[in-house]
Amino acid sequence: MHIDPLEKKWGYISIGMAGLFVGIIMIDSFIHGIDAPSNVETINSARLHLTKEFAEDNLGVQVDEKGKITVRIVAARYGFFPKHVTVPAETPVTFRWASMDVLHGVHMPMTNMSTMIVPGYVSEVTTSFPKPAKYPLLCNEYCGLGHDHMWSNITVEAKETWQAPSITKTEETGNE
Amino acid sequence: MNDAAVKKLALSNFWVAFIAFILACFMGEYQVLERSGLFPPLESAPVYFASVSTHGVLMAYVLTTFFIMGFGYFTAATSLKRPIWNIKLAWTGFAVTLFGVVLAAIPLLTGRASVLYTFYPPIHAHYIFYIGAALLVVGSWMWCYIMIMMMKQWKQDNPGEPVPLAMFATVANAFLWLWTSAGVAMEVVFQLIPFALGWMDTIDPGLARTLFAWTLHPIVYFWLIPAYIAFYVFVPKQAGGYLFSDEMARAAFIVLVVFSLPIGFHHLYMDPEQAAGWKMLHGFGTFVVTLPTFITGFTVIASMEIAARLRGGKGLLSWIGSLPWTNPMVLAIILSLLMLIFGGFGGIVNASYAMNAMIHNTAWVPGHFHLIFAGTTVIMYFAIAYYLWPIMTGKALFSKKMALVQLWTWFIGMTILTTPWHILGLLGQPRRISSVEYNSILTLAWEPYEFAMIVGGLVLLGSACVFIYILVMTQFKSTESFSGEVEYASTYHPVKNLPEFLNDFTLWNKVIAGLMALSFAIPILQFFFMDTHGSSPWGY
Repeated sequence: MHIDPLEKKWGYISIGMAGLFVGIIMIDSFIHGIDAPSNVETINSARLHLTKEFAEDNLGVQVDEKGKITVRIVAARYGFFPKHVTVPAETPVTFRWASMDVLHGVHMPMTNMSTMIVPGYVSEVTTSFPKPAKYPLLCNEYCGLGHDHMWSNITVEAKETWQAPSITKTEETGNE
Repeated sequence: MNDAAVKKLALSNFWVAFIAFILACFMGEYQVLERSGLFPPLESAPVYFASVSTHGVLMAYVLTTFFIMGFGYFTAATSLKRPIWNIKLAWTGFAVTLFGVVLAAIPLLTGRASVLYTFYPPIHAHYIFYIGAALLVVGSWMWCYIMIMMMKQWKQDNPGEPVPLAMFATVANAFLWLWTSAGVAMEVVFQLIPFALGWMDTIDPGLARTLFAWTLHPIVYFWLIPAYIAFYVFVPKQAGGYLFSDEMARAAFIVLVVFSLPIGFHHLYMDPEQAAGWKMLHGFGTFVVTLPTFITGFTVIASMEIAARLRGGKGLLSWIGSLPWTNPMVLAIILSLLMLIFGGFGGIVNASYAMNAMIHNTAWVPGHFHLIFAGTTVIMYFAIAYYLWPIMTGKALFSKKMALVQLWTWFIGMTILTTPWHILGLLGQPRRISSVEYNSILTLAWEPYEFAMIVGGLVLLGSACVFIYILVMTQFKSTESFSGEVEYASTYHPVKNLPEFLNDFTLWNKVIAGLMALSFAIPILQFFFMDTHGSSPWGY
């Protein structure tokens, strides 16, 4: 078999380029902790309203004793509930999403808050927003003929002015 | 060899492909018009989603499958210099595939399969849609079988000889498609059809998405391989030179087939049902599969440089000017490679694991795949058609000048269409919306880009019509006869002592089986061990 020396050199350069990309991804993941949302956690979407975690009065922003901020939002044709939440800037915020019906996806433009919301599974994303702004929350997976109308709002407030809701205990367990 | 029989078979397949293509082009232009919101009377979500579902199915499944089958038959007969083995089976495959398309078209066009071409459950289409899609795949398997048998028989008759590169790559694609389609076939047969028929009360969308992801990446290589075949076996000859390296071409096709399969989870980076480790493993594989494209870029550009220098080209880069830019095949590859460079750059962004969050399911994604599929790949389908039409019909090409204009306008239209599409994605616009209903300041920034996309779409539609016009005029109106045969490029370094692993797929199928087991066994089996909850149907 014949490989031209030039082609061999180019082969090494190609491997080097691919290796560089893989290396950067690994540094981001293992050192900076930037990962894709992958919690592999099941939930019964048909009985979402009967679970403790995603019952209506448990939705929205909650802060636990340690100050950890969790936002729980239900996605259903054609909206996100609650319709509006406010979170602080420059603070880690954990979003937990569940679908009541079909496949949805959600992202906040210009941020890395993005996840698919697959019925039967809970999606979890932790991120922090660098500066205060008003963001739309957009459904980004076709979920039916009303899909265009599926969106809602999120306000990121300055850390100093943000009013934390009274401390509540979280119910991360107890999903069925 | 029965020349007329294979020409008729190939032409029939090509015509189904291109009729699907031109219908889908009209739908594409309607969609950019509807989506822009500039024409209120056009606005209708039911019509839009029926159209976008049909456009996707026609372009991604019908154009490609029939083009690949037609091209494969013609390549097999001309490169091996023998008739199609079992031509009755080939026509049966054609009929089954076409019947599947017609079946699927009924619910699609009546708005009962507006599930887009990815048909993610638990929304489901009318069951006829899935049966049609399954028949399309079954028909294409007959093509795979014929390709594999023809290579096997040729090898028995020519022991120790290297299989002609064009055929080697075609059979690589046949094996690729068998492996690729297994994922979606399992999803359709075991999940979607029983679910749509009401035999199953619930479905697990996590398992369905995992099986679909099995298919979702390698299928794009199934579509791309004919373009790469033209790069390697037609372009060097058309440019007036030689293929730089036959062995590296074979190696590139093998790596393409082997590593495009176990990497589908880069479509599931943002999904909750698969764990980070599996996603990262598939992510690494995704970067491995960039290597054959890097190698292809090198080999093909080196081949063109040889041709240009033989034509008197000089200098470090000024040889590019000495290429025969007025040869449709050569012009097409230059434009194709330009789109591949930008599309490939976008693809690396998509592949980059957590960075995918910035563009996932935004307008960037259709921008990307239009550039790399409708651009890089389909422009080579055009060039192949311009090259083969005179050979298959025995009539001279109706107008070479018009063909060159068509290729240029396709490139320009694709640039005008996909650049704003990518930008819209970076500005946060979701893909798959039929109108912008968000009462948010952000959306004001989207409007000029929507307008540019309409212009791009119009240029593309005009270009597509010219393409069909040239084929029709060549075949049915041209009076000038043509008597040329297909000319495959010869190699700059003659192939000596080709090792068996570069001339056969037995070893590689075993490697694929191992890699697929490694990357998919646990992610699929987990759904049977986890406490999962199915979803009830949402249909039409």
